[in-house]
Amino acid sequence: MDLSSINPVLLIASLMVAATPILLAAIGELVVEKAGVLNLGVEGMMITGAICGFAIAVETGSPWLGFGGAAIGGAALSLLFVLLTQVALANQVASGLALTLFGLGLSALLGQRYVGIKPPPTPRLDIPLLGDLPVVGPILFGHDLILYLGIALIAAVWAALKYSRAGLILRAVGESHDAAHALGYKVVRIRILAILFGGACAGLGGAYISLVRVPQWTEGMTAGVGWIALALVVFASWKPWRVLLGAYLFGGITVLQLNLQAAGVAIPVEYLAMSPYLITILVLVILSKDKSRAPASLGKIFHASH
Amino acid sequence: MTVPLLSLQGLTKAYPGVVANNNVSFDIGTGQVHALLGENGAGKSTLVKMIYGLVKPDSGVMLLNGSPYAPSEPRAARADGIAMVFQHFSLFDALNVAENIALGMETPPAMRDLAKRIREVSETYGLPLDPFRTVGDLSAGERQRVEIIRCLLQDPKLLIMDEPTSVLTPQEVDILFETLRKLKSEGTAILYISHKLEEIRALCDHATVLRLGENVGECVPADTSARDMAELMVGTTLQTPERSGRDLGDVALDISGLSVASPGEFGTALKNLHITVRQGEVLGIGGVAGNGQDELLAVLSGEIQTAADAVRLNGQPVGNLGPTARRRLGLLTAPEERLGHAAAPDMSLTENAMLTGSVRESLERHGFLKWREAQGFAERIIHDFDVRTPGPDNAARSLSGGNLQKFVIGREVLQRPEVLVVNQPTWGVDASAAAAIRQAILDLAANGAAVVCISQDLDELMEISDRFAALNEGRLSTPRDTRDLTIDEIGLMMGGAHGMEVAHV
Amino acid sequence: MIVLERRPQPSRNWALATPLVAVLATMVFGGLLFAVLGKNPVEAIRTIFWDPLFGEFAFYYRPQLLVKGAPLVLIAIGLSLGFKAGVWNIGAEGQYIMGALAGAGVGLAFYPLDAWYVFPLMVIGGALGGWAWAMIPAILKVRFGTNEILVSLMLVYVAEQLLASMSLGLMRNPEGHGFPGSRNLNDYAAATSWINQNAGLHWGVAAALIAVIFAYVLLNRHMLGFHIRLTGEAPRAARFAGVNPARLILFCLGISGALAGLAGLFEVAGPAGQVSIDFNIGYGFTAIIVAFLGRLHPLGILLAGGLMALTYIGGEIAQSQLGLPAAAIQVFQGMLLFFLLALDLLTHFRIRLRKREVA
Repeated sequence: MDLSSINPVLLIASLMVAATPILLAAIGELVVEKAGVLNLGVEGMMITGAICGFAIAVETGSPWLGFGGAAIGGAALSLLFVLLTQVALANQVASGLALTLFGLGLSALLGQRYVGIKPPPTPRLDIPLLGDLPVVGPILFGHDLILYLGIALIAAVWAALKYSRAGLILRAVGESHDAAHALGYKVVRIRILAILFGGACAGLGGAYISLVRVPQWTEGMTAGVGWIALALVVFASWKPWRVLLGAYLFGGITVLQLNLQAAGVAIPVEYLAMSPYLITILVLVILSKDKSRAPASLGKIFHASH
Repeated sequence: MTVPLLSLQGLTKAYPGVVANNNVSFDIGTGQVHALLGENGAGKSTLVKMIYGLVKPDSGVMLLNGSPYAPSEPRAARADGIAMVFQHFSLFDALNVAENIALGMETPPAMRDLAKRIREVSETYGLPLDPFRTVGDLSAGERQRVEIIRCLLQDPKLLIMDEPTSVLTPQEVDILFETLRKLKSEGTAILYISHKLEEIRALCDHATVLRLGENVGECVPADTSARDMAELMVGTTLQTPERSGRDLGDVALDISGLSVASPGEFGTALKNLHITVRQGEVLGIGGVAGNGQDELLAVLSGEIQTAADAVRLNGQPVGNLGPTARRRLGLLTAPEERLGHAAAPDMSLTENAMLTGSVRESLERHGFLKWREAQGFAERIIHDFDVRTPGPDNAARSLSGGNLQKFVIGREVLQRPEVLVVNQPTWGVDASAAAAIRQAILDLAANGAAVVCISQDLDELMEISDRFAALNEGRLSTPRDTRDLTIDEIGLMMGGAHGMEVAHV
Repeated sequence: MIVLERRPQPSRNWALATPLVAVLATMVFGGLLFAVLGKNPVEAIRTIFWDPLFGEFAFYYRPQLLVKGAPLVLIAIGLSLGFKAGVWNIGAEGQYIMGALAGAGVGLAFYPLDAWYVFPLMVIGGALGGWAWAMIPAILKVRFGTNEILVSLMLVYVAEQLLASMSLGLMRNPEGHGFPGSRNLNDYAAATSWINQNAGLHWGVAAALIAVIFAYVLLNRHMLGFHIRLTGEAPRAARFAGVNPARLILFCLGISGALAGLAGLFEVAGPAGQVSIDFNIGYGFTAIIVAFLGRLHPLGILLAGGLMALTYIGGEIAQSQLGLPAAAIQVFQGMLLFFLLALDLLTHFRIRLRKREVA
């Protein structure tokens, strides 16, 4: 065992990379849940985004087009969820599960020709002086644009929910769709937009795994990250900055256990590999007291009776 | 003659199986307080939803100041100067007062300016309110103030108020009326929806009466007796329930020193309650909604359990027993919320009969269910309580409010309770069903059962109860004989103009 | 304008018809999918739905229906009880693995003892393994109010890691020349779950049928089943009726865990034969589709389990004969769930066309 092989600066830098997929998916789901919709299909949308982004990046040679395609792919899959829950008024839990099962199959189907290929590299921000700074350079200035986009999204969602009228309306719809409807707000339309946003974010997060974090395509490669993102929204009590905190925490655990595996710690690989999931459960338990923040209409079906 | 502010001409709106409004016409003048009077189900709500743009009429036209008015959505109605104070469902508990008000405005100012204007308006109209309090923590009266201020900030020409006094104490009603008179003097017209005749006589200039979706007459309330208006509204003369004098027996239900923490975030804690009810007695419990009524019912039904001694049934401690055990001993309850609490909406009446009847009607043996007997029990309820439904296989949801309520009350009454607790037994129920339910409660008491009737309808409580007490913020006033109570005393028991003196201005 | 109008009560006819319509719609859209993949859609559908039952080699495939259908039905029956009550156990895959590990562990511990009681003990071990794994989300939900969906799902990944650890470590066949995986339980007569391998009969098939009957009686004739339905329909009304929600959660998760564990044990001691890294092939997730496709009704689940087994077997045939990718079958199954959920609308609502008023 050689713990000295773990470099703290690289650890933090790679923690940020590991956290970004969770962060992107979770901030999208946060908006969806704030609108009163529980979309359990995050895993399905992520894996769909992962393959859409990967395929498009490989075909076009441009990672940016890949990310764009991933967002569209994730949103397209979430459109199915829209049809089920907002048009056909189906149970949101069942529909979310269906979305995940379908997305896993669909991505495997789409990805058959892409196994074992390397995607075009996603360029890193290369700021001459800042990037060369010791410690701070690689941590703060050495990443790709999508990572910064994730952090910017957190800030944007926070500001929008807190200060903008659109954010206020979104929260109102999530608190009581009946009251919002009585005031004349288009509940279904607002929710559809939120779901599509959530799908796009999940798609981006998935593509970040296949294009940056790994980077290659394998079936089922999201391996529960979508579910962790869902747990993270609960963990964050529906507050954007706490999503960032939580994502970095989980990213840290993931990276640390990988580093420990590499360093040959005496704990069997399987037990290290299960640690992020166990810690997710533990965090859910610890935070279970703070339930009051859940949007009051979360998961309820809205049907205007007139 | 001047052009009326709003003229409704031949409005008709039909839903599957029911014509909610049939060719309704009337005018509302500028600065007029116009009453819209009618029983539950007469079509008042549908009519105001059309005026407010939530529902589109099938036929007929509306004229606002003489020009055609057809709001496609509430936003359009608000833009034309029409505002509405809802009876339910239009506030967001988790948001604060200012946010709630901003949501009801087209172009709200920045939060800080809005808060300032809220304070100004609330002082001008005598409706104190702190813009930064969370709405879920407000009393029913304060919540109503939020809605009124939301409307007033938009300088409405017509203010629609849907049953505004049902959540107020008599003292709060007086304050509300002062506000409305001030508005009227400034030229605002008010469409005032109610079925409370004395209020309308005190406040309104003109009244339109709806019955079964049709305009059946107009009158000047001040010149018309309450009796005449009631007959217009109901169509037939109603029988008032009969009370026979009866002797009270032993104490059947005894609650002593009962305190319960609030079960939910926006619930009410019960504080040191003492209640005794004798066999043959009806105890009425009044109070404004949200002052502990649901919690009291839950404590009595066994949904919330307490120390065993806190609740005694015929001397036996039952506070720590669950609902089934209490039913076995004869303590039965009927909650306020018919769909979803007292009955499962999508289940058949037979299954709903099983829901509370399994123990006392022997509908199960060793856990196995006797569906044929349950169906028989459901049929008996339907027959004895004149529940209008094709049969016991129909889902609870398919029944009208009045019929389902008769079913729910009948289900408990037919199980021969020793103590029956009902919460809002006639809420949202038409007059004939309400009369039948009250009669059933009185008959039950006459046969020796003890009855606790929790209600927000003071007229109802005065009509059927022997003693009266009021819940206010989870505390219960000392019960008093109903015969020598005045309306002012009742109001004070309910907490007076509560909220007014403690409002955070 | 299309308007949804809530029916006064759910339509019985549509409730029965929607699964059939959903299957038909899936065949149409699945056919389109296969066409896009360059396969003849009619041939593909025939290969999936017809050949296993009536094709040339049906004598071989029909027993396979029992082998694939039994675990699906067994797990789905357990899940349906919870789903009916609004308790969402979606970690059946994990409970299935843990049941298999516990049951196989019992069997391997007795090896090579040849006694009649080995298999019954393994069955108990399997049920307890699944039950215990399901009790984790159950107790956490009752005690702390954590979300059972997330916890049960996280535990699938944990179980998969445990499975890997076991098949590489503790349960590895000491005579296996270092290959991962345990001894083959089919070679150990006292521990196999086969009754008649050629007919596809193993004890899991019997258990599935018993579970169907048990669930039917429970839901239709017993107070506990009534309370389960009541809790799903109207939780407040259930409390009012005297249901203890905590006990109900423990029961629903416990029973679904035990049944999933049993399914895992029967699989590992029969068709799979040994504990190996990837012996689980997603029955725990497919069973969710089976439960919904069967409308959470025991008899419906029996039929749906058969249908889903058919798509598995037919899918394999299509894979080998037509080169249809395995993932296409997964998409096909997902599609089925989509159509079912979407068409469920017709059970609760009428769809009316109404002209948009120009007021």
